[in-house]
Amino acid sequence: MTDVPWLVLMIVVPAVGAAVVAALPAAREALARQLALAVSLLVLLLAVLTTVAFDPGGERFQLTTSVAWIPDFGVDFALGVDGIALSMLLLIGVLVPVVVGASWRDTPLPRPGRPARSMTAFWAWLLLLESLMVGVFAATDVFLFYVFFEAMLVPMYFLIGSFGGENRQYAAVKFFLYSLLGGLVMLASVIGLYVVSNSQLGEGTFAFDALRQLEIDPNVQKLLFAGFFLAFAIKAPLVPFHTWLPDSGAEAPIGGAVLLVGVLDKVGTFGFLRYCLPLFPDASRDLAPWVLVLAVAGIIYAALLAVGQSDMKRLVSYTSIAHFGFIALGIFAFTTEAATGAVLYMVNHGIATGLLFIVVGMVIARGGSRQIRDYGGLAAKAPLLAGVFLLAGLASLALPGTNSFVSEFLVLIGAFPTRPVFTIIATVGIVLAALYVLLMYQRVMHGPPRGVLLVDEDGAGDHDPADHGAGDHGAGGGATAVPERGAGGATAVLEAPARARVLAVRDLSGREIAVVTPLVALILVLGVYPQPLIDLVSPAVEATMSDIGVDPGGSTPAAPGSTGTGGTD
Amino acid sequence: MTITNYLVLAAILFTIGAVGVLVRRNAIVVFMCIELMLNSVNLTLITFARSTGTVEGQVIALFVMVVAAAEVVIGLAIIMSIYRTRRSASVDDVNLLKY
Amino acid sequence: MNEVVPASVPVDGLLSVAWLVIVLPLAGAALLLLGGRRTDRWGHLLATGTVVAAFAVALACTLALTERAGRTVSLDLFTFIDTGNLDVTAGLLFDPLSAVFALLITGVGALIHVYSIGYMAHDPGRRRFFAYLNLFVAAMLLLVLGNSYVALYVGWEGVGLASYLLIAFWHTRPAAATAAKKAFLMNRVGDVGLALAIFLMFAQLGTTSYAGVFGSVGLLAGGTVTAIGLLLLLGACGKSGQFPLQAWLPDAMEGPTPVSALIHAATMVTAGVYLIARSAPVYDATPTARTVVLAVGAVTLLIGAIAGCAHDDIKKVLAYSTVSQIGYMFLAVGLGPVGYAAAIAHLLAHGFFKAGLFLGAGSVMHAMDDSVDMRRFGGLARKLPITFVTFGLGYLALIGFPFLSGWWTKDAIIEVALDRGGWSGWVLGGVAVLGAGLTAFYMTRLMLMTFFGRPRWEEGVHPHEAPASMTAPMVLLAFGSVAAGFLLVAAFPLSGWLEPVFGEPEEAAHLVSPLVVSIVVTVVVALGALTAWLFVGRREVPTTAPARVSPVVTAARRGLYADTINESLVMRPGVWLTRALVWLDARGVDGAVNGAAAALGGGSARLGRAQTGFVRSYALGILGGAVLVAGALVAVTA
Repeated sequence: MTDVPWLVLMIVVPAVGAAVVAALPAAREALARQLALAVSLLVLLLAVLTTVAFDPGGERFQLTTSVAWIPDFGVDFALGVDGIALSMLLLIGVLVPVVVGASWRDTPLPRPGRPARSMTAFWAWLLLLESLMVGVFAATDVFLFYVFFEAMLVPMYFLIGSFGGENRQYAAVKFFLYSLLGGLVMLASVIGLYVVSNSQLGEGTFAFDALRQLEIDPNVQKLLFAGFFLAFAIKAPLVPFHTWLPDSGAEAPIGGAVLLVGVLDKVGTFGFLRYCLPLFPDASRDLAPWVLVLAVAGIIYAALLAVGQSDMKRLVSYTSIAHFGFIALGIFAFTTEAATGAVLYMVNHGIATGLLFIVVGMVIARGGSRQIRDYGGLAAKAPLLAGVFLLAGLASLALPGTNSFVSEFLVLIGAFPTRPVFTIIATVGIVLAALYVLLMYQRVMHGPPRGVLLVDEDGAGDHDPADHGAGDHGAGGGATAVPERGAGGATAVLEAPARARVLAVRDLSGREIAVVTPLVALILVLGVYPQPLIDLVSPAVEATMSDIGVDPGGSTPAAPGSTGTGGTD
Repeated sequence: MTITNYLVLAAILFTIGAVGVLVRRNAIVVFMCIELMLNSVNLTLITFARSTGTVEGQVIALFVMVVAAAEVVIGLAIIMSIYRTRRSASVDDVNLLKY
Repeated sequence: MNEVVPASVPVDGLLSVAWLVIVLPLAGAALLLLGGRRTDRWGHLLATGTVVAAFAVALACTLALTERAGRTVSLDLFTFIDTGNLDVTAGLLFDPLSAVFALLITGVGALIHVYSIGYMAHDPGRRRFFAYLNLFVAAMLLLVLGNSYVALYVGWEGVGLASYLLIAFWHTRPAAATAAKKAFLMNRVGDVGLALAIFLMFAQLGTTSYAGVFGSVGLLAGGTVTAIGLLLLLGACGKSGQFPLQAWLPDAMEGPTPVSALIHAATMVTAGVYLIARSAPVYDATPTARTVVLAVGAVTLLIGAIAGCAHDDIKKVLAYSTVSQIGYMFLAVGLGPVGYAAAIAHLLAHGFFKAGLFLGAGSVMHAMDDSVDMRRFGGLARKLPITFVTFGLGYLALIGFPFLSGWWTKDAIIEVALDRGGWSGWVLGGVAVLGAGLTAFYMTRLMLMTFFGRPRWEEGVHPHEAPASMTAPMVLLAFGSVAAGFLLVAAFPLSGWLEPVFGEPEEAAHLVSPLVVSIVVTVVVALGALTAWLFVGRREVPTTAPARVSPVVTAARRGLYADTINESLVMRPGVWLTRALVWLDARGVDGAVNGAAAALGGGSARLGRAQTGFVRSYALGILGGAVLVAGALVAVTA
């Protein structure tokens, strides 16, 4: 099985799929999305087969393919995965079909004076994005990585800019320019690496394995590190480079937002682990305290901001910024446990926040508004929706039993021995996580029916049906709420205006159940039995740790009896 | 005979051309001044080629002539079409391509 | 890891399926939640069945445990997390302590499930209610049966979730939704403490299992152990509604009454006591942390008792009573080895009588159209005879009427407190005795306002006795209220059963003879009850609470200003901070980004003015540039 170029297939299949879908006439939207679903499922199958072909106990990089690409500059089209990259490929494989399902009935916003955009382009960009995302994680040549890293911006730019909300142009340009800025600074560092390799090895190369062996002067390391770091800190937004994410997350179509936060931004944290740490070990160690300051500040700062948001999609975006703080903390704590936790966090966050985004999207599809204040009391009308919403929220606040708990716990428990102060501050973040999740849940789901659930009896107060996907919300809205009572319970209070009635809200449809089920199942399974995933990523994490000179087995504990828990440097 | 005289001549020609380009408004005249500058450069190239006994300078001069010929064709065509639409050959009247 | 703690023996036979105790209710919850409306008709029966079955398994396991030497078995199930130095195995620890908790949880849990069948009979969300109850039972069992702090933590947050779901069960009521959120958040504050304690254990000892931690905790420096002890205490305070995190528990009464009985009286809120008792080896090594436990217990005991005296909401009085009684338990575990057994005995007895009292309160509410205002009760003794008798027995047990449960267990705690000796012993003993008097006062007040006097019912209320499914559990719990104390303290001393966990019970020399203590306490209790009669029994109770009252009563009505303090110290600054940060992020951080973009755009627009459209100015530019370059070349080469 190892002879099959799985990784190449995983890049080529969606790319070809994208080309085919793009070539379809604009009117064949139904065929386009069916094709998109088929292709994404095929990629999922490929991802699973890749995992089967991968031997967790074997070489660091497996399933490698290498073809000379620009021989003059030593650039190879080199692919290969370790456990970390493979887990991200699996995440991509799972998320894209789910996103296709979640976007099944999306329609672009109407454009005044022009015909509505065809969704065919949406599906084509989505598949192209999948292909490039696979490439960025599978690349083992730094230059190739850079190419994928930048190319990924293009489909996402169009997904946001063509299919997003009202303010999509602003968000798309901001996303593109901000990411491009970081990418170009990284390019300088990539070239710097080439120059260093040229002087040390006599022949310039971009191959990760060769670059890892370089002995770079610590000061040069710091400069090169800074270039990579800036790109990654923008990508996996660390405070204060984060402000593009709430805009993009809020304006992107739900499917785009899921992939943006779930996978695209992980390139940043993946980059810390894959490139910053092994290539610049001295600089990483020296600058770790500063990175940790950003990480921990982000955990608290973004969580507080999430509490203060009134827009659901912005809120979820801010929660992600806080979560990226946890991941960065795990990576720069330099212990095997914390780094394993960080990798798990990358996967789990994609699943949990992906689900949260999707569910929020389902709420928005029903109410036609992103504002929290336009909702209230949905749980009574759509219990299943509320249940999945709550589960996604609980996974986001890392409740034990959900997958996020395992990763957050590992990050914190692993970081504590080397970085107690940072960890203690980060741990306070779990209270804030509970606050923002429960606050949103209470306002949207609990209480008496409010906002979009109410219409005046004469229908005059009906909200604008032109909103995004508003066609979904209950057309048969005649169901006046009957006050519920329990035997011993209180009568449900209806604080409705005098002449208002309560709209019926459709609970999850069959398609929506099919979309959320895989993610819900993964959240629970990985929450209870995460060990297979840990076994998959552990060898790669340990290899990374030994790259920066941390003994994978000996990071903890201090000998019993010693009170000090000093840092590593 | 030193090459200085040739070079001085070339410089004078170039300056005349440059000043012409800057001060004249008629597109045809500007065009001819550009030709003058090109030819002054050609003169310089030939001069150096002769003094060093190599052929590169002459080759480049030939190149310049060929390119200049092509340029004349296109340039005159553009001037003609502008004149047809705007009834003017003044370069200052053609200032739409700006900030 | 040297295992000082009783060596666990390989498990065989019945005990090897002890995990069924947890899995049964969990499966019930999953089935009910996933099954949807299909399970509406029989879901509640299934849920009750799973808990009864879990009780049977727990009972069988406990009996099997008595046969074993050391009475401790450890059961490893599967590897939960194994990476680097961290190795967390999901496993169970079945020892006398977890056994009594498992029996309490499944036993009282089963009774309350039965009660809920009647109580929730007409609620459209009945299936959901039973699913959550089952989820709670499973999580609580995991909490007490886990063999490591991580397992405990998982159960710990699991019960928090179940508690959240159940408090917010009638989620269309804003008050219920807010109370649920408040409970979860204050619990999370405590959870931070518990989590940090676990991190500290791992950092210092490299393990989180009970066996590993207790085996080597003695090797740690005093400061570290104290830190662990205090952090664990923070967790315990959050879960058990102890000072300074007590404010959520009274609000949690927004949940259905069976929930209040099971979660917020009998089981979940006692998890803090379990945590401290389970961590006995840690606290044995740190007198400082133990003293703080004592202080927390004593302070909470008084806060709860004082606040309970002034409330008119029958469930809130019982809630403050729970706060106060758990204060007693904290006080007892804070006293060290002499107090552990007393604390657990009081915990079990309290589980019976407080659950019984809550179920009785539920029955009263059932009769009074869901009113909880005691000022509109009165004279219910004749209308609700079974409720009156069972509630009355629970009442007597709680205030410590001689030879009923509370008398045995509370007196034991007071004795141990006095035995501590010195001024602290007198203070703690005094506080405990005072608390007993206050308990008698507020409970007698509750009894008098509810069951005696002239009816002050709202119009249209026709009290009626509850159905048998509700009264039967009340009767059973009343039996427990009467007998539990005698059984646990005198007949089959709990201290002997718990010996494998806490060591040999010491026969302490009493500083004050138990008889004297008993007499004093009984007199104080009688005085408290008499005072209550003077206040509310002798004269007419006004149907609205008097507005002009002394500052003490006002303070007690407001729960000694706990909410006010939380709001002014945490909530308002928090809201303010959040608003400020939102502004800062939009104007400051994002402002800098957009400002940079705007500056760039503006600058380029200004530079663009140079593009005049005049060919000849461009030509001048080109010429100038060429001259500059040429000049530079000359300057460099010259």
